[in-house]
Amino acid sequence: MTNLSGLPDSKGHFGEFGGRFVPETIIPALTELTKAYLHAKEDPSFQEELTYYLENYAGRPTPLYFAKRLTEHLKGPKIYLKREDLAHTGAHKINNTLGQCLLAKKMGKNRIIAETGAGQHGVATATAAALLGQECVVYMGAEDVRRQALNVFRMELLGTKVVPVTSGSKTLKDAINETMRDWITNVETTFYCLGSCMGPHPYPMMVRDFQSVIGKEAKGQILNFESRLPDYLVACVGGGSNAIGLFHPFLDDSEVKMIGVEAAGLGLATKENCATLEKGTPGVLHGSLSYLLQSKTGQVSSTHSISAGLDYPGVGPEHSYLKETKRAEYVSVTDKEALEAFHLLTRLEGIMPALESSHALAYLKKLAPKLDPTQIVVVCLSGRGDKDIEILRETA
Amino acid sequence: MSRISEKFKGLRENNKKALIAYITAGDPTLPLTEKLVYALLKSGADIIELGIPFSDPLADGPIIQASHQRALKKNVSLADVFALVKKIRNKTEIPLIFMLSYNLMFRYGTQKFFKDAQEFGLDGVIVPDLPPDEWTPVKRSAVPIDMIFLAAPTSTSERLELISDASKGFIYLVSLTGITGKRATVSNAAFSLVEKMRKITDKPLAVGFGISGPKQAKAVVQYADGVIVGSAIVDIIARNPKAPAPKVGKFVASLRRAIDSVK
Repeated sequence: MTNLSGLPDSKGHFGEFGGRFVPETIIPALTELTKAYLHAKEDPSFQEELTYYLENYAGRPTPLYFAKRLTEHLKGPKIYLKREDLAHTGAHKINNTLGQCLLAKKMGKNRIIAETGAGQHGVATATAAALLGQECVVYMGAEDVRRQALNVFRMELLGTKVVPVTSGSKTLKDAINETMRDWITNVETTFYCLGSCMGPHPYPMMVRDFQSVIGKEAKGQILNFESRLPDYLVACVGGGSNAIGLFHPFLDDSEVKMIGVEAAGLGLATKENCATLEKGTPGVLHGSLSYLLQSKTGQVSSTHSISAGLDYPGVGPEHSYLKETKRAEYVSVTDKEALEAFHLLTRLEGIMPALESSHALAYLKKLAPKLDPTQIVVVCLSGRGDKDIEILRETA
Repeated sequence: MSRISEKFKGLRENNKKALIAYITAGDPTLPLTEKLVYALLKSGADIIELGIPFSDPLADGPIIQASHQRALKKNVSLADVFALVKKIRNKTEIPLIFMLSYNLMFRYGTQKFFKDAQEFGLDGVIVPDLPPDEWTPVKRSAVPIDMIFLAAPTSTSERLELISDASKGFIYLVSLTGITGKRATVSNAAFSLVEKMRKITDKPLAVGFGISGPKQAKAVVQYADGVIVGSAIVDIIARNPKAPAPKVGKFVASLRRAIDSVK
């Protein structure tokens, strides 16, 4: 396998995927952002500042925890959890928002805008903006504002303006549309802090790089514990930022297998799912070419998942590429299976995973019986489940 | 020479400017879209842009977004609109342009799109989320209709050259840094964008986004070769869903008079 980790090319393409499919108005801003980011990437003072905040503010490195009781319960491989739930604000999202908001500061753009679904990326952006003294506006689908009232309040406490989006299906997809429209209008003064490894180049690359701290740490930690690399990496995939963050530092280690777990919602036989890589077809949405859940005529489908963070019809273009090249495998689990996994981890380990991360955990039930006790699996526990308490109460 | 180029040539020879009218196909229904096309033609539109409804039109403001939603409720697809073009083409030679999000063309199949475009008599296509940098699926010379790219006030001079080189028929100059929709005045950015573009090309330059009435249209054609009006027309259609043609016709006639009053 040739240098998979060297992508994207200079135009943001991962094979046929990726690119920059956006209105001309923001193309110059994307060029400027790419330049500023590539400069920051090589700039020791930027990296030093980012590392300072990641370690002293966000609580990195997060632990790699050997889940002994879960391992015993599943009677298969040794299971390690990468504890992104312990990062500040309760999920991996902060790795990216600290990076992007610091970059905005370097670029002299003091107005930050972001989209959010469940509110995790919104809260992480509001947090970084508060820390750095930036103005922050978060777009959120009106339906999600209603479902996630607590996160809306958290963002407001942090000084962020939350704008409910009433167009289209009133969820994450529409919040992204509206954030892009804001950016098209205010591009000269505004920095768009995008929350996943999707969108136009350089976002899929930049978000991946900021999230790669997950995989870099995990690699050092597992070598320390086991003196060898894991056999499997497992992570949930909505847009796919925690998964690409875990996978990327291992891409050139061909002995490490990678599994992305998407949300099958009520089941793949129904339309109520968001298993983009399993059920979708290539298409263009929100600035890049990638797999997409769409109709025969190219209209974007409405999706469903119990987990708001996975409830999105698209996926980051690098995941489409890893699927096409078969470097990673993509599977899905249903709402029901994810809920079971939530309860299992909560009872066995005393850790409440986010419903997103519960999808990754749920797949272990299918994977573990095929493996033996000498094998090692690292699962990305991308966030904590406190935000999902209401949904859990409703389904109890 | 394409119908679009012929149109601009003819207007130039008569010292006139182009009025380009946008409507969303299928809003409120496809039969009414056909009627609207004839009403636009009769009221003095030179070129007609048909928007193909899409679930997520990124560059559009609330007025055009809502029109796409109304058309989608009628399940209007790209294939339906091609069929409409064929029907209209039997009755008039007016240049017809599609404006659509790239996903619709991509999903339809780029090759098939251009084959059908030629067969049914479509003259040009505008894809707002397809910058010329990504325009590689088909050899440019093999594209049988005019590809019209957008230039924006934020475009660098290097990009203006790229856009100019890639465009055929005319170049669509976005009047402001923003999305489609009605505005009270035309931004000064439009004037300086036309000035910059004139130094690069002698291709026709049409200005759109935010042109909401006769006064603004008149201001724009003082320096541009044409003006594109969308949201203001779509708004009239939204307010008169049963029989939009008479009011739309009256409005477009007022735009025509304003444009022609410029000597």
